[in-house]
Amino acid sequence: MATFNVVLGGAAGQGVNTTEEMLTKVLKQSGFHIFATKEYMSRVRGGINTTTIRISSEPLRSYSETIDILVPFTSGVINWCRERISESTVILGEENFRDEAGDDITFIPVNAEKMAKELGNKLFINTILSGLLCSLFKADKKILTKLVQTKFEDKGENLSQENSDAALEGYKEGEKICKEYNLAFDVDQDASVGETIVLNGAEAVSLGALNGGCNFVSFYPMSPATTVAVDLVNMAEEMEIIVEQFEDEIAAVNASIGAWFGGGRGFVTTSGGGFALMCEGMSLAGMAEIPLVIHLAQRPGPATGLPTRTAQGDLNLALYAGHGDFPRILFAPSNISEAYSLTTQSFDLADKYQIPVIILTDEYLVDTYYNVDRPNVSEKINHHIVEMDKKYKRYVLSESGISPRGVPGYGDGILIANGNEHDEYGDTTEEAGLTVAMQDKRMKKLDILKKETLQPRFCGNENYDVLLISWGSTFDTVKNIVERYNHKKLAMLHFSQIYPLADISAYLKRAETVIAVEQNMTGQFAELIQKELCFKIDKRILKYDGRQISEEFLEKELSEKGVL
Amino acid sequence: MAKQAKLFDSKRPKSKDISWCPGCGNFGIRNELMDVLEEMQYTPKDIAVISGIGQAGKIPHYLNANGFHTLHGRSLPIATATKAVNPSLEVIAVGGDGDMFAEGGNHLLHAIKRNPNITVIVHNNQVYGLTKGQGSPTSMTGMKTTTQPWGVYDEPMNSIAMLISQGCSFVARAFVGHKDETKEIIKNAILHKGFSYVEIFQPCVTFNKINTYMWYKNNTYFLHEHDVTDKEQAMIKAFEKDPYPLGIFYINKEKPCFDNHLPPYKTNNTPLYKRQPNFDKIREKLNYRSF
Ligand SMILES: Cc1ncc(C[n+]2csc(CCOP(=O)(O)OP(=O)(O)O)c2C)c(N)n1
Ligand code: SF4
Ligand SMILES: [Mg+2]
Repeated sequence: MATFNVVLGGAAGQGVNTTEEMLTKVLKQSGFHIFATKEYMSRVRGGINTTTIRISSEPLRSYSETIDILVPFTSGVINWCRERISESTVILGEENFRDEAGDDITFIPVNAEKMAKELGNKLFINTILSGLLCSLFKADKKILTKLVQTKFEDKGENLSQENSDAALEGYKEGEKICKEYNLAFDVDQDASVGETIVLNGAEAVSLGALNGGCNFVSFYPMSPATTVAVDLVNMAEEMEIIVEQFEDEIAAVNASIGAWFGGGRGFVTTSGGGFALMCEGMSLAGMAEIPLVIHLAQRPGPATGLPTRTAQGDLNLALYAGHGDFPRILFAPSNISEAYSLTTQSFDLADKYQIPVIILTDEYLVDTYYNVDRPNVSEKINHHIVEMDKKYKRYVLSESGISPRGVPGYGDGILIANGNEHDEYGDTTEEAGLTVAMQDKRMKKLDILKKETLQPRFCGNENYDVLLISWGSTFDTVKNIVERYNHKKLAMLHFSQIYPLADISAYLKRAETVIAVEQNMTGQFAELIQKELCFKIDKRILKYDGRQISEEFLEKELSEKGVL
Repeated sequence: MAKQAKLFDSKRPKSKDISWCPGCGNFGIRNELMDVLEEMQYTPKDIAVISGIGQAGKIPHYLNANGFHTLHGRSLPIATATKAVNPSLEVIAVGGDGDMFAEGGNHLLHAIKRNPNITVIVHNNQVYGLTKGQGSPTSMTGMKTTTQPWGVYDEPMNSIAMLISQGCSFVARAFVGHKDETKEIIKNAILHKGFSYVEIFQPCVTFNKINTYMWYKNNTYFLHEHDVTDKEQAMIKAFEKDPYPLGIFYINKEKPCFDNHLPPYKTNNTPLYKRQPNFDKIREKLNYRSF
């Protein structure tokens, strides 16, 4: 499989995004598999942000730091990417970045700025670069011009045509460079790409929520979770749903509880700091047995941490959030397709079991996009509610632990929900016997949840010596390495459901070495395995610098551990 | 004469054992609320009483109506959302002065601004009742409490002025001792479309020995010839004390109401629990993302 990594780097506000958008769209429409992930600074102007675009002949969703083509939009980018640059890297940049590149690197001057000026508008620079990059992969010229024209359609016919011409000039320049420097980036097209759609993690979560019947979204802005709220609010009118920015996360989570209580399907999107404020609300949902679905997009903590970077450090927070004991589900989607499907499923599970469900994503997953198979759309959602008669009791001590949930106004009865310990009607009690009976009733639901928990995915060598344990957004990267080094008797178990935890004791016992791979400082998932399964994972590969685990990082770590 | 059973009086087993102290002002508020709801011809299934934590917050257990006894300070976002997804419900949020002004202060501030079509009743006893007598945001200067043993040094919060200044669309104050007037105020609050705020002076006979029934009687008077649409006048009245004015201070019928801006009800008023998502639209959205 041929694959190339193009990295665009520039200051915030320089139009890197425009180039990225045009390039990925043209490439995708031309039949290439595309993947893009960004790393950016927590600032509105300046700084250095980069996007890594992977172009391949087959679906490729793992993260690689290698740079085949680097396009700096500003000085400083080359140095920022220095560790990712190798002899095979080609830098395409304005002449004045040559010094920064140094002598040992292939530097090819591109006069996009001058070309843009000659074409009459400095702003054409992004279109020129898009055209240039498209030509390196022999992307379809017609698709390029059509896309550029549509993009600038509302700017007037002239500008639209001029941009399209600029893109073609760029394309020509690219062809010239390829010839002159003898460059070839041959990637086969794949007809099946046309059937796929492009989603980023945030869109997948948003659309998955809608497919799960979400109709009330409450949030307070916090990176990287806000994108989901923005996606949903932009669809609110059309989808006839309520999206409200509340005054803080405490209000957001409680509003969601109020929405479920009233018969809606609430959804909360937040990040670590915001979720920390929601802990008491989690507990209320647990006690009052009100469904709750929270999307927790992780970024490095503690406190404000690194607002725009990635981590898997909120597992413990999500696992233990809320005082007292009550059942919950924790999902951690492995990829974009799962971000959609598990979010959809979360609504049904929350409703059916009247519990909080937390979807743990992270900045990396939320901001990454690639082409995926069109996800399934449901036929119908099941409202797990009952019509109340005059004798209705909200918290019947049932065998399964699930007490049929009513909604105010539905039927002739009434319901009392309560965050205090309560009797079957929902009225406050302090009786010892009832207290125990109610706690036991609620916790019984955990037994069912355990039976229904998602099994982890196994990949790699069936006769493994070394077993990697990973979870969440690292799936494709770990899988890529495990498959590459299959002959080293390497395998992996990857979890998309964190809690309740599947029993994987048999897998663990068969391994000579078990290594946890996580993006936090202490190995929070390994600790959970130890607690739940009494199996201590001594070896851990932990990354906690705010950057996603890459193929290269994993290879290096595994080599150092003597595995590769 | 045999007492007629009240429609909103709860007959659930635990409702009989009301845990308020004998003589507590909360009894009066409960009675007034039950009467108003019945007089307005509501049935229990039409009403949702959403309370915070405190003595006031216990009220759902003593009413025959939908109820949600939530968390300290958090009744307003919950009530706002319940009304938003289930618009035919009449939603009443209830809490004490600590609940609404301290723990839930930020929510109150923003409920004013958001202006959802709900009613909030604040049982203002100027003390923390449930937690046994600590000072509250409205405790009077000099009042000795369990946690301010030398007396409260600062000035009580002027909630009415705060609400009017922020443009709350319905602001009223009552004293539980005036049964008919209080009922009238609650009724108007429920009828008002928007966020209706009713603060009720409620003697705590156990922990507040200053603000007694007698004190409230002697230190309050009813607003008369007051134009409720005149914000400036309302503000002037809000700063009056000794005696404190009672009645409706301010009404703004023009203030944009949260519930009027909700996309689900642009075409019909079906509560959300009776709906299915528009799956065709979701399919359309997914198609749109084919790049
Ligand atoms: C988060 C939280 N903090 C503190 C408490 C303890 N608490 C319960 S009620 C209350 C204050 C009660 O005062 P108020 O709201 O005025 O109600 P009252 O009892 O006077 O009616 C406090 C501090 C709590 N339940 N939850
Ligand atoms: S402590 Fe005060 S507020 Fe609470 S029930 Fe007794 S009198 Fe009423
Ligand atoms: Mg009080």
